[in-house]
Amino acid sequence: MELLSYLINGVSLGSVYAIIALGYTMVYGIAKMLNFAHGDVIMVGSYIVFIAVNQAGLPPLAAILLSMVLCTVLGLAIERFAYKPLRGASSLAVLITAIGVSYLLQNLALLIWGSDPKNFTSVVDIPALDLHLAGGRIVISSETVVTIVSAAAIMVGLTLFVNHTKMGHAMLAVSEDKGAAQLMGVNVNSTIAMTFAIGSALAAVAGVLLCSAYPALQPTTGAMPGIKAFTAAVFGGIGSIPGAMLGGVLLGIIEILGKAYVSTQLADAIVFAVLIVVLLVRPTGLLGKPMNEKV
Amino acid sequence: MNALKNMKKTTRSNLITYGIVVVFYIVVQALTAGGLLNNSMKGMLVPICTYVVLAISLNLTVGILGELSLGHAGFMSVGAFSGAVFWVVTGSQLPPALGLAVSMLIGGVVAGVFGFLIGIPVLRLRGDYLAIVTLAFGEIIKNVLNTVYLGIDSTGFHFSMKDSSSLGLAPDGDVIINGAIGISGMKKASTFLAGIILILITLFVILNLINSRAGRAIMSIRDNRIAAEATGINVTKYKLMAFIISATFAGMAGVLYALNFSALAAKKFDYNTSILVLVFVVLGGIGNIRGSMIAATILYVLPEMLRSVADYRMLAYAVVLIVMMIFNQSPQVIAWREQMADRFAHNPVVKGLLAKFKKGGEDRTKGEA
Repeated sequence: MELLSYLINGVSLGSVYAIIALGYTMVYGIAKMLNFAHGDVIMVGSYIVFIAVNQAGLPPLAAILLSMVLCTVLGLAIERFAYKPLRGASSLAVLITAIGVSYLLQNLALLIWGSDPKNFTSVVDIPALDLHLAGGRIVISSETVVTIVSAAAIMVGLTLFVNHTKMGHAMLAVSEDKGAAQLMGVNVNSTIAMTFAIGSALAAVAGVLLCSAYPALQPTTGAMPGIKAFTAAVFGGIGSIPGAMLGGVLLGIIEILGKAYVSTQLADAIVFAVLIVVLLVRPTGLLGKPMNEKV
Repeated sequence: MNALKNMKKTTRSNLITYGIVVVFYIVVQALTAGGLLNNSMKGMLVPICTYVVLAISLNLTVGILGELSLGHAGFMSVGAFSGAVFWVVTGSQLPPALGLAVSMLIGGVVAGVFGFLIGIPVLRLRGDYLAIVTLAFGEIIKNVLNTVYLGIDSTGFHFSMKDSSSLGLAPDGDVIINGAIGISGMKKASTFLAGIILILITLFVILNLINSRAGRAIMSIRDNRIAAEATGINVTKYKLMAFIISATFAGMAGVLYALNFSALAAKKFDYNTSILVLVFVVLGGIGNIRGSMIAATILYVLPEMLRSVADYRMLAYAVVLIVMMIFNQSPQVIAWREQMADRFAHNPVVKGLLAKFKKGGEDRTKGEA
C-alpha cells in the first residue's frame, strides 16, 4: 500500500515534469535549441496566478487563463528579442543567451517579488479521493488527480494538434528539415513562434500544478523542475511528444521512490545519475529516433 | 628591445600576458606597503586569483574546445574538498608553503580524475547535451558532498552518509567533513603570492597547450569536428585532454579558495558559481585568455566596491550575457555592423579627416628623414 501511494505521487510529480518537458521537447525539435529559460517561465506563470488569486481576487480558472495568456506573450517576446536574432549563429551562442534569459527572469522576479517564499494556495477545490482497495486504504489528494488528468488531456490534445492540423504538420515539417519546409511554403518563423507560444502556455499550466502540490513560490522555483524536465525530455527521447510524457512520468517515479527509500538529499543526485546513464546507454533516449549527421 | 621585436607574435603576446600578472602583483604589493589597501580589499585578493584561474581554465573548454561546460563549480568543489581534507589531516604539519602546494596538487589531481571519469561518457555527446550533463554533474557533486560524513581516529578513516554519530569514531577521533556543514575550523593557508603563482602556472600550461600541436588539434575540432576527424585527428583524445586540464585547474583553484577561509561547505559551489565564471569568460571574450583574466578581476571587484547596487549585479550579468551574444554572434547584427563600418569609412567627412591624417603622417616622416 505504501509503495502504491508513492507510485501515485511519483506519477503526479512526473506528470508535471511531463508537461514542462513537452515545452522543452517541442522547442528542441523545431528550433534545435535548449530553451534554458523555460523553467523560469513556469515561475513567472505561478507568480501571475498567485497575484491574480490573492491580490486581485480573480477566480482560479480565470487566473490560470490570464497566466497562460501572459506566459504566451512572454514566451513570444523571449523568442523574438533574444533567440530570433541568433538564428543561424553557433549553438554555443544560443545556449549562452538562453542561460542569460533564464538569469534575467530569475533576477527580475527577485527584484519585483523578493526572495521570501510565497505561500501558494492550491487552486484545486475538490475533495480528496479516498480509496479502499484490497485490505488497505489510500488517500489521493485532489491535486494529484487534477495533475494526472490534465497532463493526460494535454498530451492527447497536443498529439491531435500536431498530427491533424495544418500548423501541426508545419511543425513536423520544420523539425524534419527547416530548409526544405521553407521551400514548400511553410513559414518557418511563425511556426517557431507558435511552438514557443504553445510551450509557454503549457509552462503556465505546469507552474500552477507544481505550486499547488509544492506551495512554496520563490524566484528560483522554476529552475530545478525545469532542469529535471529537460532530463525527462532527454530520457524519453528529445523531439518526441510521447517520449516527453513517458520520460516525465518515469523520472517522477524515480525521484519519489529515491526520496522514500534512499535519501531525501540524494534524490536529485539519483535523478541526474539516471540522465547520465541513459545518455550513455541510449543517447537518443527511450523513444527517440537516431539522427544521421550530414557534412 | 630587438629581441622583443624579433620574437614570434604569439610568444610576445604570451609574455605580455605573464607581464600583466606580474605587474598586477607588484602594484598590489606597492599599494599594501603604502597602506592604501583596506582590509576588505586585501580579503578580495585570493578570491580574485581563484576566479582568474577558474575563468582561464573554463575558457579552455568553452573557447578553445568549443564545448559549454556548466559544471565548473563541481570540479572546483571536488578539488576543494580533497585538498582541504589532506590539509586538515596532514598538510598543516608541513611547512605552510609546501602543505599548500601538496594540497593543491592533490585537489588538482582528484578534480582531473573526475574530469576524466565525467569526460569519457560526456564527450561522446554533442553540444547541448554536454552542457546539461555537466550541469547535472555539478548538482550531483553538491548533493553527494552535502551528505558525506568523514572522520578520522587512531584506527584510520571512517565514512558515513547518514550522520556524524554513525561514523563510530573512537574518543580521540575528529570529524573532518560534517555533512552539509562541511569542513570547519581549518587553518588558513592561501596567500596572494600563492594565488599569483597558481595563475602563472595555469597560464603557462594553457598558453603553451594552445600554441602546441595538441592545441591546434583541439581548435580544429572546435571549428569543424567532422573535417578534423577526417584528417585523422583523434577527437575523443584531444577533447578529453582539454577537458581534464580544465578540470584540474578548476580543482586547484578550489583548493586555493577553500584554504583562504576557515570553513568550507559544498553549497558554495553551486550552479550560480559556474554561471558566474561563464559570465567572466563570455565578457572577456570567448577564446581570449587575457580577456578572461581581466574580466574576472574587474567583474569580481566592481560589485564589491559598489555595494549599493549589489542587488542589480546578477541582473546586469544576465543582460550582459544576452547583449554580448547578440552583438557578437547574430548574423544580422554582424552584417549591420559591417555595413555601418563601411558607411563610416565612405563618409566624406571621415574621408577628409583620414586624408588629412595620412598627409600629416607623411609630412612628419619627411621631416624626420
